[in-house]
Amino acid sequence: MAQVDAALAEWVLDVARRNGATAAEVLCVSAESLAAGVRLGEVEKLKSSRERRLGIRVFVGQSSANASTAELERDGLEEFVAHTVGLARLTAADPSAGLPDAALHPKSFPELELADNDQGIVDADTALAIARRAERAALSADARIKNSEGAEFDSGRYYIMFANSQGFSGNYESTSFHLGVAPIAQGDNGAMQQGFWYTANRHFAKLEEAEAVGAMAAKRALRRLGSRKIKTTRVPIVFDPDMAASLLRALAGAASGPSLYKGASFLVGKLGERIASPLVTIHDDGIMVGALGSKPFDGEGLATNRKSLVEQGVLKTYLLDSYSARKLKLRPTGNAARSVGDSPSVSPTNLYLEPGRHSPQEIIGTVKQGLYVTELIGFGVNGVTGDYSRGAGGLWIENGELTYPVQEVTIAGNLKEMFQSIEMIGNDLHWRSAVVSPTLKIAEMMIAGA
Amino acid sequence: MANDLVRPEQFFLNRFGMNESGLERILGNALERKADYADLFFEYRSAEGLALEESMVNHTSKSVSHGVGVRVCAEDRTGYAYSDEVTFDRMRIAAEAARAIADSRAAPHPAVQVGGPVSRHQLYELESTPLEVPIEERAKLLREIDELARASDPRVRNVMASFAAERKIVMIVNSDGQVAADIQPLCRLNVTVIAEDDKGRQVGSYGGGGRVEWKYFVDQDRWKHYTREAVRQAIVNLDAVDAPAGEMVVVLGNGWPGILLHEAIGHGLEGDFNRKGVSAFSGRIGKSVASPLCTVIDDGTIPNRRGSLNVDDEGTPTSRTVLIEKGILRGYLQDRLNARLMKTAPTGNGRRESFAHAPMPRMTNTFMLAGESTPEEIIGSVKNGLYAVSFGGGQVDITNGKFVFSASEAYLIEDGKVTRPVKGATLIGNGPDVLTRVSMVGNDLALDSGIGTCGKDGQSVPVGVGLPTIRIDGITVGGTRA
Repeated sequence: MAQVDAALAEWVLDVARRNGATAAEVLCVSAESLAAGVRLGEVEKLKSSRERRLGIRVFVGQSSANASTAELERDGLEEFVAHTVGLARLTAADPSAGLPDAALHPKSFPELELADNDQGIVDADTALAIARRAERAALSADARIKNSEGAEFDSGRYYIMFANSQGFSGNYESTSFHLGVAPIAQGDNGAMQQGFWYTANRHFAKLEEAEAVGAMAAKRALRRLGSRKIKTTRVPIVFDPDMAASLLRALAGAASGPSLYKGASFLVGKLGERIASPLVTIHDDGIMVGALGSKPFDGEGLATNRKSLVEQGVLKTYLLDSYSARKLKLRPTGNAARSVGDSPSVSPTNLYLEPGRHSPQEIIGTVKQGLYVTELIGFGVNGVTGDYSRGAGGLWIENGELTYPVQEVTIAGNLKEMFQSIEMIGNDLHWRSAVVSPTLKIAEMMIAGA
Repeated sequence: MANDLVRPEQFFLNRFGMNESGLERILGNALERKADYADLFFEYRSAEGLALEESMVNHTSKSVSHGVGVRVCAEDRTGYAYSDEVTFDRMRIAAEAARAIADSRAAPHPAVQVGGPVSRHQLYELESTPLEVPIEERAKLLREIDELARASDPRVRNVMASFAAERKIVMIVNSDGQVAADIQPLCRLNVTVIAEDDKGRQVGSYGGGGRVEWKYFVDQDRWKHYTREAVRQAIVNLDAVDAPAGEMVVVLGNGWPGILLHEAIGHGLEGDFNRKGVSAFSGRIGKSVASPLCTVIDDGTIPNRRGSLNVDDEGTPTSRTVLIEKGILRGYLQDRLNARLMKTAPTGNGRRESFAHAPMPRMTNTFMLAGESTPEEIIGSVKNGLYAVSFGGGQVDITNGKFVFSASEAYLIEDGKVTRPVKGATLIGNGPDVLTRVSMVGNDLALDSGIGTCGKDGQSVPVGVGLPTIRIDGITVGGTRA
């Protein structure tokens, strides 16, 4: 694929220097992808793309500016870099600004197998065939599956190069493959429910079978038919793995440096304190081989690593880039994320909650009356206070058994208390995305319904 | 350059060496197989952002992006390919990729003849965009916001302010020979305040903008209003008590709470979902879906609004579409593909995030017309309920109709009076049902201040909403207090 070479990056850094920049970084991303969709067995869409973007951050002393462009001709770039240096001169000097400590750049990179060397972009015919198989499996699963929003197979190949003016230079390639399917079930009363399921991996051969993905999507649609709204009540809540993962993402957001130094997090001042039940251990691992959240270096060229965010309920580290680390007088943690043309932000890499001993059935079996949550909608999580209130759906638990489906209710609480009151942790950790959790049981939350 | 901007259709011809015969050839390529329609979408976007935190304007950024997307439609199939290199070579490769969607044809498509530009509205003919205002002046305003916020209340701990401005030049050339082009300025000023007292820490935010000039923020001291509102909301929330849980009467304030319409109604009326029969509103045109007090409009033609466009991203002039008239479902929002398949006219709602995306039916500015009650009468009519005046985001499940939107400023109503502030809570309801419970509509329609962004299928576009004060006789409030 078309690659932006290291020589161009060196040249850009040199232009920045010649224009008066005291330090600079350059990030180039090239991407190619193909998405193929079918609906009700027929081809519905094909989308192919190629993109290259170049982003720079330049410093003039403690002042900095970011810029990105798709114009990679040297003539245009020269002016673009000069303009960005000019922009930096107009920006306030920030005592915490700057490149990371040069001594922290890694000398070598781990081999993470982020690119599938056997399979590049999947051609349209193959991609359509896979999507068709998944959708057919969903449509043939049950007579009540009557419609579909289709199935889509995406594949992409990415090349990332990052270099800075203190001698760091690194690059890597990655691939991704994704299959999603969304059948629609219709009940006797005409009410419809969609089910969605997917498989995603950096390696084509490791995707789940298309038929299995389709069958699971159908099952998820069917089990929502006949959903009821229940009475307002306070009961135990069991989060299925995907929904539990959303709690981890909220925690990671509150543990990230920029939220903390702004005072916009319920975890301000909680380092070393017990923030969760002693059952809870959460790892952030950026160097898992082949994983969706892995990378050989972070968005500032620092080494990614494996660490515990929470150990037996105690908050062991924050997630930091070098700017927020300086603000908080801590060391960066290799969690800088970067998109072309932006300052570093912070994100977890592969974040997971260590699985426990109980099967999901055992956990559900301990609940006399409660809700097994399989869907959440909306944005009702306040990272500043931890207040939590989201639309929810799932299955009602009665005497330890899953019974009828529930919809149009909310579950509410506060993340601080929710993490403290995790009572049971499942043994069902599956790497479906970069942030994963096993099934979790929370002692009690408020359900608002009828 | 100046002349290009007066006639945006000239911009791509001059800037990237495009010419009519070349465009006709690419469209011919796109139509080589048995396609009904093809179009080319050119985009050139420049954007700048400034941000202040801890009293320093320490973030500045600039981006330039451009590209071209080639779309081929055959029956209900869409092929799309794009490139960020605007050259005939790349466009030909994209056209070949996009046309793979169509079957091979026996007889060739008649040659495309590119005609003159189609007419467009003139909703944002600005003398200058904020991009032309010196950075120093923009930075100074952010510092003044910081000072004002900190001076407003000693409990203000941190202030974050940002100003983002962009200018997009777009051109659409389609296989009917139509050419549409537009220059689309857009900007937004945002203020977020963290306040703290011995009880805890709270956040408040406010902002606004649109397709406006820089002076919009200075006129009528709008920036001061944004700042004071952000401070006020953070301070109010310091005293907030737990929100109630369960179904109750809810009064929504005017303006931004119109996000209710966007989630509960608007998405469900987008043409693609209805053509496929996957919306909870499918097949309900002519049926009652709201109380007779409710008339809901989507209007892309309001001057200078964030959600307005002179032409949509398929080159169709935007319009005013009645979605619900006195409670009866009247219309869907259409792009060209879905309008053709549903045998109706496009409504100017075909929108896309950028050249990297195919268009789909999207909202513009969605609002409810004013009624006759005063806001005081509406609040006074409620014995026990919730008064919600500001919201964060919302979401909807199109197929089952369930939607949520999350209050960020709300109060209890007790015996017809607004009393204590309550913590944020998510409200959840059923789209086809919620407006049937509207029992009073205020005479105080307001549009939001210009902050909305809507996400659908991975694409974000700017939108507007509006609402008069309304009373809903029962909706579930997701608090923690039984």
